Amino acid sequence: MPVNEDAIGKEYPPASYEVGREKIREYANAIGAANPAHHERAAAQAAGYRNVVAPPMFCVVYSAAAIAPAVLDPEVGINLATMVHGGQEFVWGEPVCAGDLITTTARVSEIYERDGKGFYVFESASANQDGDEVVRGTWTNIVRGV
Amino acid sequence: MADRERPSVGDSLPELAVTPDRYLPHRYAGASGDFNPIHIDAEFAKAVGLPGNILHGLYSMALVARACAAVADGDPRALRRLRVQFRGMGVPEEEITVSGTVRAAEGDRLTVDVVAEQSGNQIIRNAEAELEL
Repeated sequence: MPVNEDAIGKEYPPASYEVGREKIREYANAIGAANPAHHERAAAQAAGYRNVVAPPMFCVVYSAAAIAPAVLDPEVGINLATMVHGGQEFVWGEPVCAGDLITTTARVSEIYERDGKGFYVFESASANQDGDEVVRGTWTNIVRGV
Repeated sequence: MADRERPSVGDSLPELAVTPDRYLPHRYAGASGDFNPIHIDAEFAKAVGLPGNILHGLYSMALVARACAAVADGDPRALRRLRVQFRGMGVPEEEITVSGTVRAAEGDRLTVDVVAEQSGNQIIRNAEAELEL
């Protein structure tokens, strides 16, 4: 059965996320990021940040609310039971600090079939309260046996 | 940080070795918001054909990002881009090693090839990072 490409180009409503200091610390502890700038405001300010700064991969936390509806969209038609996360790319812009309000939009960029697998590629773009881009993401999910 | 020694082409990143404990996937689930049961419920994971509950791929990617940031003493501004392919499956309670080699250096920009291995399997391969020092 060929993959349905109808959803290519579909865009999803923006999702906003307010970055909390304790959430950054919780995330930094989970991944073992020990730089004091992720944990203490004074250390972050001494390093030139407004407030406790997020590790780069914290982007998955504030992007999730925008990307999940795209991956789960029945019009995209991913069979979640046979889906694996195949690849991921992030390009970072301005650092993200506690107190920032991040808004993320997502779209379906590619759907194609190769070697009996379906490839579903999503793009996300996140900006802070000043309109500065903080990250762009490319999320590749692979579905076996389409 | 002008006194930092700048890596050149062919240099290795300092190797990062981490052994995620039994409950790491649960803490990462809480921190990230990804509660997919394949990561936190061994019985569910086995029922869908996995050896047990597996690590979140984005956790393993975060270890790769950490290994890259270590070149800049953990400064989160250094990592400008990271692209990975997820392969195999990471599991708790076995050591993960992240290693990398500088492929290109131009001015203050480095391009680094990175892999994450666990028990001889590459769980992240063909990873490419761009760093700005």
